[in-house]
Amino acid sequence: MNKQQINETSPENAVPSTYYQFMEISVRELLIEKGVLSEDDIRQAVEAMDSRGPELGAQVVAHAWVDAQFKQSLLHDAPSAVKTLGIDIGPLQLMVVENTPKVHNLIVCTLCSCYPRTLLGLPPDWYKSSEYRSRAVREPRAVLREFGTEIPDKVEVRVHDSTADLRYLVLPQRPAGTADLSEDELAALVKRDSMVGVTVVPEYSC
Amino acid sequence: MKAVFNPGDAVQVRRGSPPGHIRTPFYVRGCKGRIERIAGEFRNPEELAFGRFDAAKTPLYRVRFQQQDVWPDYNGNSGDTLDVEIFEFWLEPSTADKT
Repeated sequence: MNKQQINETSPENAVPSTYYQFMEISVRELLIEKGVLSEDDIRQAVEAMDSRGPELGAQVVAHAWVDAQFKQSLLHDAPSAVKTLGIDIGPLQLMVVENTPKVHNLIVCTLCSCYPRTLLGLPPDWYKSSEYRSRAVREPRAVLREFGTEIPDKVEVRVHDSTADLRYLVLPQRPAGTADLSEDELAALVKRDSMVGVTVVPEYSC
Repeated sequence: MKAVFNPGDAVQVRRGSPPGHIRTPFYVRGCKGRIERIAGEFRNPEELAFGRFDAAKTPLYRVRFQQQDVWPDYNGNSGDTLDVEIFEFWLEPSTADKT
């Protein structure tokens, strides 16, 4: 590995190139110097963020598929419902929107990249791209088609622009042929993209 | 602070372009929609952005727009909709008839 590669790949050696990178490093060093945070606190927080995936979101969806009462409370008051599963989402103002035979939901944050990280992990790069953020509200059906998702004409496409304090999770439709699956097996079918709404959970075949 | 609007009310987004940290997307300014729900009360982000952390809480709504009202040349279906979170001080009552 030459020096250039080390600079690009290791956060310790990265050379800041933008104003905001300089500012982040300055603030971080000041917080450590003044004893507000330790280097270890920061490392642990970064590791916790990096290790999170969409598993918790999938668990919530699978439980909603098997428990109608839970589903109703999830759609009515998601933070309280999710808490009953023993999932701690902190102060997250979660809202769950349900796909039905009549409505398909799609989530975007046109202003930045608001995303339910606690349940889905870090957002994928495309979610943060200016292309997705501008086109998802402007021509959602074309965007969906590029993800391989064709929504029938009779189904309403409903886009949610996450502009303020709420964070959204799509409850996809349960695919046919899954009546005999356990909750864990169902959760394994639920992928990140279906909870953002760019895909649907595909038909199940064993 | 009591919410001025109720679900179903016809509203229009103010057409302003003030400087600062604005969470009302430009593309819905001036558009007419309906209150989908009251989303709660949150501190005004336009104040928070400048470090005024004791900013008053203000009602936040989810407003539902018909895509065709937002984009005159919308190329999807006529029933497609768009829900956006908008703070109360960005909304005015609209004269549109209730449907």
